[in-house]
Amino acid sequence: MTAATVRARPRWRLPAFITKDKGGLAGSVILLLVVGVALLGPAFAPHSSVAILGTPGHGPAGGAPLGLDFIGRDVLSRLLDGGRSTLLLGGAATLLIYLVGIAVGLTAGYAQSIADPLLMRTVDIFLSFPALLVMLLFVTAFGGGPVVLVGAAALVLFPGVARIVRTATVEVMTRSYVEAAVSWGERAFAIMRREVLPNIVAPIVADLGIRFSWAIILIASVNYLGLGLKPPTADWGLMISENREIISSNPLSVLAPAAMLALLVISVNLIGDAYVRQLGRSGDSR
Amino acid sequence: MTDLTDPTGPVLRAANLRVELANGAAIIEDVAVELRPGEILGLVGESGSGKTTTARSLFGHYERGLALRSGEITVAGQQLSTVAQFQRARGRLLSYVPQNPGTSLNPSLRILAAIEDMLRAHQQAGNGRTETAGQAAGQLGRVGLPASREFGRRFPHQVSGGQQQRVCIAIALSCDPAVVVLDEPTTGLDVVTQDRILRELVRLRDERGVAMLYITHDLAVVGQVATRIAVMYAGRIVEQGSAEQILSAPRHPYTRGLVASTPDHLRPRQLTAMAGIAVGVGERPPGCAFAPRCPQRVDRCDAELPGLDEVVPGQFVRCFEWAATPAVDWSQQWPAGTTPLARAQAGLAAVGNGPGRAVLEVEGLCAEYRGHAARNQVVSDVSFAVRAGACVALVGESGSGKTTIARAIAGLHPPSAGRIVVDGKPLPGRARDRSAEQRRKIAIVFQNPAEALNPRHTVLSSVARPARILRGLDQAAAEAEARRLLTAVRLPSRIAGRYPAELSGGERQRVAVARALVGQPEVLVCDEVTSSLDVSVQAVVLELLADLRRQFGISMVFITHDLGVVATVAERVLILNAGAICEEGSTDQVLNSPAHDYTRRLLAAAPSLSSTISGWDHGSG
Amino acid sequence: MAISTATSATGAAGQDQRAAAIGRHPVLGFLLRRIGAALVTLLVASILIFLATNVLPGNAAEVVLGRNAQPVALHHLEVELNLNHPEVQRYLSWLGGMLHGNFGKSAVAVAEGRPDANISVTLGSPLADSGILAGLTALLLIPLTLALGAYAGLRAGRRADHLISVPALVAGGLPEFVTGTALIFLFFTMLNLLPPVALLSPGQSPLSNLKALVLPVLTLLAVAVGAGVRQVRAGMVEVLQQDYILFATMNGIPRRRVVLRYALRNALAPSVQIIAQNLQYLVGGIIIVESIYSYPGIGTYLVEAVTSRDVNEVQAAAMILAALYIGINIIADLIVIFLVPKLRTGMS
Repeated sequence: MTAATVRARPRWRLPAFITKDKGGLAGSVILLLVVGVALLGPAFAPHSSVAILGTPGHGPAGGAPLGLDFIGRDVLSRLLDGGRSTLLLGGAATLLIYLVGIAVGLTAGYAQSIADPLLMRTVDIFLSFPALLVMLLFVTAFGGGPVVLVGAAALVLFPGVARIVRTATVEVMTRSYVEAAVSWGERAFAIMRREVLPNIVAPIVADLGIRFSWAIILIASVNYLGLGLKPPTADWGLMISENREIISSNPLSVLAPAAMLALLVISVNLIGDAYVRQLGRSGDSR
Repeated sequence: MTDLTDPTGPVLRAANLRVELANGAAIIEDVAVELRPGEILGLVGESGSGKTTTARSLFGHYERGLALRSGEITVAGQQLSTVAQFQRARGRLLSYVPQNPGTSLNPSLRILAAIEDMLRAHQQAGNGRTETAGQAAGQLGRVGLPASREFGRRFPHQVSGGQQQRVCIAIALSCDPAVVVLDEPTTGLDVVTQDRILRELVRLRDERGVAMLYITHDLAVVGQVATRIAVMYAGRIVEQGSAEQILSAPRHPYTRGLVASTPDHLRPRQLTAMAGIAVGVGERPPGCAFAPRCPQRVDRCDAELPGLDEVVPGQFVRCFEWAATPAVDWSQQWPAGTTPLARAQAGLAAVGNGPGRAVLEVEGLCAEYRGHAARNQVVSDVSFAVRAGACVALVGESGSGKTTIARAIAGLHPPSAGRIVVDGKPLPGRARDRSAEQRRKIAIVFQNPAEALNPRHTVLSSVARPARILRGLDQAAAEAEARRLLTAVRLPSRIAGRYPAELSGGERQRVAVARALVGQPEVLVCDEVTSSLDVSVQAVVLELLADLRRQFGISMVFITHDLGVVATVAERVLILNAGAICEEGSTDQVLNSPAHDYTRRLLAAAPSLSSTISGWDHGSG
Repeated sequence: MAISTATSATGAAGQDQRAAAIGRHPVLGFLLRRIGAALVTLLVASILIFLATNVLPGNAAEVVLGRNAQPVALHHLEVELNLNHPEVQRYLSWLGGMLHGNFGKSAVAVAEGRPDANISVTLGSPLADSGILAGLTALLLIPLTLALGAYAGLRAGRRADHLISVPALVAGGLPEFVTGTALIFLFFTMLNLLPPVALLSPGQSPLSNLKALVLPVLTLLAVAVGAGVRQVRAGMVEVLQQDYILFATMNGIPRRRVVLRYALRNALAPSVQIIAQNLQYLVGGIIIVESIYSYPGIGTYLVEAVTSRDVNEVQAAAMILAALYIGINIIADLIVIFLVPKLRTGMS
C-alpha cells in the first residue's frame, strides 16, 4: 500500500487486510465476538460463577443451557466469566513482551558495538529452553499467581520480538536516509525514534497476532496443568481440565471453553496472516 | 543446429504481441520483432518500457498477473502458441540469458552439472556419464572458460561474476538454439568484464551464426554489439532500424532524447535532458504516449496514435512529426566560459568566495573493514584536495574503495589512518564527534533513490530536518528554507506534502539533493547518485547538479564507475584501483592521454557511443 | 502450540561463515565453536535452573515436609539431601553429580522413606517412555511436514494449497490441550474407539499398548505438523521465486526436474531448520501432552514434581529437557552445513 492510499483514506476506515481479505475479515469478526464475550460476558451471566446449582455433570437444561460442571456450577456463567482472565493476562504479557523486546532489539541493533552481541547472546540463552519448561520453573520458584504467569510468559516470548526488532533495525540502519541523518548529526534517540522505529512497524505488527496467541496459550496451558490460577476461579484453560472427568456426561462443559480458546487463537492468527499477505502484495514490507 | 527452411529468412518472427494486466491495461502492445540468423537485435528501453515483458513473452512466460492477449510467434520455422510448443522450444529453439548471473545459477549444483542438466533435458547428452561430462566441459571451453574438471566441479559461488555470466551463456548455448535472448546480461558487471562478455557474444555469433535479442537500457553498450536496434517506450516500439540509423540519425524524438542524454567519455558535452517523466502502465494517453514530453508535439499527437512507418528504407518510426526531429549535435561542447567549473567559479565570485582555496583535503586516508578474524584494508593512503567550486571525480570499479572514501569524508566510516581536513582543521572520524559547523560543511547524497528518503516522513519534513539540526532554525524557518531548496532542485511546490512512495526515482534523488543542500554545505559528496537512474533521468540530475554548483558555488566529490559521467561533471579525476589511487589529473588529461596501465584498460573497455558512430562514418567514408 | 524459539542455524552459521572460511577445517571449526557455545549455554541453563528452584524461602526439605514438620525429621532430610551446605557448594556438587549421571535424590521419596529415592534410577523409565512417544511422533512428523509443506508450496494459491494450509493454520495454532480434548471427545466419547488415557502399569512397555499411544501421537502431530507445514510451504514459495528457477524454466529444464533438483534441493536446508524446531517443540510439547493423557513420561514426571515441589526432581527433568533442546539445535546446524555448498566450502 502506498503512502498515497494511506493518506487519501479517511481516518476511520479499516485497513485493507481486514476489509479486503477473506481470512482477515473472518478473523476480525471472530475476534470481536470472542473479545465481546470475554469482556461483556460477566454482565450477562445468568448465575454466579461459583454457585452450585445441582448435580455435577448435568446436561443442558432450562436454566443452564450449557449444563453444569464437575461440581454442579453453571457452565455458561463460568464461560462468560472465564474469558476475562485469559484475555487480560495474555494482553498484559503481550504488552510486556513488546516493551522489553523492542527496547532490547532496538538497542542491540543500533549499538554496533559490544552491547549488541552481549544482549543477543543473553537473548539466545532464553531461547534455548522449551517455553513451557521456563513457565514451570517460574511457577516452581514463585507460585502460580497472575503476576508470575504474565512475567514468565513475557520472559519466554520477548526474545523472539527482540530478534525480529534487531534484524529489522540492523537492516534499516544501513539505509541511506539513516546514514544521512547520522552524517548531519542526529542524536541516537532521535535516530531510533524518527528514522528506525517508524520503519520497523511492519515486521512487528506481522508478528503481533501469533505472539499474542502464544502468550494466551502458554498461560492457559499452565492453568490447564493446575499450576496457575487456583480454583474456584473461572478460566477457560482451567475449566477444560476441571471438567475432563465429566466429558461423557456433559461434553459442553469441556467443549465450550475449548471452542472459545480455539476461536480466540485462530482469529488472531487469521488476522496476522492477512496482514503478512498484504505486505507481500504491496511489496512495502519494510 | 535446428533446421531452417530458408537460411536467409527470419529465424524469429513475433508479431502483434500484446500482454495485459488482469484489468486489461496493456504492458506491451503491437510489438513486432524479427531476427535473421547471425543478427543481433538490440531492444532498448528504460525501466517500465516493457522490454523484459517482450523478451519473456517469446518464451510463453509471463509474470504473475500478466497474460498474452494476442500475438504470433514463430521460431526457426515452428509456430509457438500452445504451452507444450513453448515448452519444447525453450532451450532448444530459443534460450535465455538472465540479468543476474549470481542468483540465476542453482547454488547447490556444480557448474558442470548445470550444463549436463541442460544437455540431458534436451536429449543432447551422449552415452554415459563421462561422455556427457566431456560435452559439458567442451561447452565451458566455447565461452572462454577453463574446460578443466577442477573448474567444472566448482559451485557458482566459487567463481567470479563475469565467469558466472559465461556459465549462463554456456548453458543457454549448449543445445545450439537458433535464437538467444539476453536480458541485460552485463548490467551489474564491471566495465572491463562487460567489455569481455560483449566481445565474447560477438565472437559466438560470428562462429555459430546464432541470432541474438539483446535487451538493455544502455545505448552505448548496444552500439557495440547490435546490427539492428528497436527502441521501446511505454510498451510500444517507437523506432526501429539498423544500429547506424538509430544511433547516428534517430528520427523519433524519444530516441534522439536518449542519444542526447547518454554521457560519453570521449565527447564531454552538455547533456540535453528530456522534459517530464515516463507515463506509467494504465496512464497512457489515447494518442502518442510520448506526446506529453515531446518538443515536437502537435494537436494530432494527443488524439491519434501514429503507426510504426518506414520513413527511410529500413528505418521505422512511430511519429507524425519525425521529419522535424533535429540531428544530434555531437560537437555540442559547452560554450566558452560556461563549463561547469567556470560557472561554479563565477558563482563563487558572486557569493564572495575566491576560487583556488582548498575546501577539503584528504591526507593519507586508510580505511578497513573488520571481519570476524581478519581486517580487510579497503582504502590505502589516499590523498587529494578539493578546491573551492571544483568537482573531483573518484572513479573505480566495485571494490575499489571509492564508496568507503565518500563515507569516511561524511563521518560514517572512521579512517584507520590519515586525516580529513576542512578549513585547515582535521575532522574527527565520526560524524557525531564533529561540531555542528563541521557537519554542516559536508553533505552526502547516496546511490539508491529507493532508500534515499525516510518513507514515513513527508518531503518537506525530510528536507527541513537538517536545517533545524545544522543551522538551528526553528520549524517555520526550516520549512521555508526547505521549500526554497525544493524550488532550487526544480520540484513543484505541491510535492512538499508528499511521501517518498509517491515520487519517481529521479524526484527522490532531487529531494535528497535538496536535503543535502539545506545545511548550506561547502562540499557535496555524491556517491553514485545517478547509477540507479535511467539515462534520461540521469541527464536531468547531472544538469541540475551543474546548475546548483553555479548557483551555490558548491564544491563536489563525485563518486562513480561511469567514465562518461565523469567527463560530463568533473574537472579533476582520480582513478582508484584496489583501494589506492593509480592516476590523478585533470579530466581532460586522464581521459585523453592516460598514463597508467589500469586507466588505459578501463578507458579501452568503457563503451562510447561517439566512437561507435565515428567508426561507422570512417567505414562508409 | 508450537513455539519456534530455536535460534536459526543459518543465522548462526552465517555469522561464522567468514571465520569458518579462514580456519583450515571450516566445518570442524564451526562445529567445535557451536558445541562450545552449547556447553556454555547448558552451564548457564544449569545455573538458572538451580536458582529458580532455590529462590523460595525455606529449603526443599521444609517445602516437602510442610511448616509443621518435626525438627528431627527435617534435619534428617536436610542431611540426606545435602541441604546443610552453602548454596554455591550445593550447586557445584549437583553439577559434578550430573556429570557422573547422578541427579541426586527425590526429596519426597526420601521424606516418605521410599527405597526408590535415587532420581537417576526413577527417571529412567519415564525417559524411555517419552522417548518412544516422541520418537514415534518424529517418525511420522518429518515426512508429513516435508511432503505436505512442499506440495502446498508448489501448488500455492490453488485448491490443494488451501486444503492443506487452512487445516494447518487451525491445527498449528491451537493449544495441545484443546486439540487433545477435541480428540478425546471424538474418539472416546463419540466413537468409543480409543482410550482417553494412556496409563501404563509399572514396567509395561508403551509399545505393548499401541492403541493408547494413538491420541497422544495425534495431538503432538497436529500441532507440530500444522506449524511446520506452514513454514515449509513459505520456504518453498520463496525458493520458487528465485532467479535460478526462472533461468532453468526459460531454458526448458522440465518442470519435474526443476521442482526436484532446483526447488526442493534448495528448500531442503531451511526445511531442516523447521524440522529441528519441530523436534525441539516435541521436547516441550510432551510436557503437556503427557499430562493430558496421563502418560507416564518425563513430562508427567516434571509436572508431578512441580506440583509436589520436589526441587531435585524438577532440576533433573529440566536439565534433561534443556540438554535435548540444545542438542537438537546443534545437529540441525550440522545437517544444514552439509546441505548448503556455500557454507560447506566457505565463502569464495
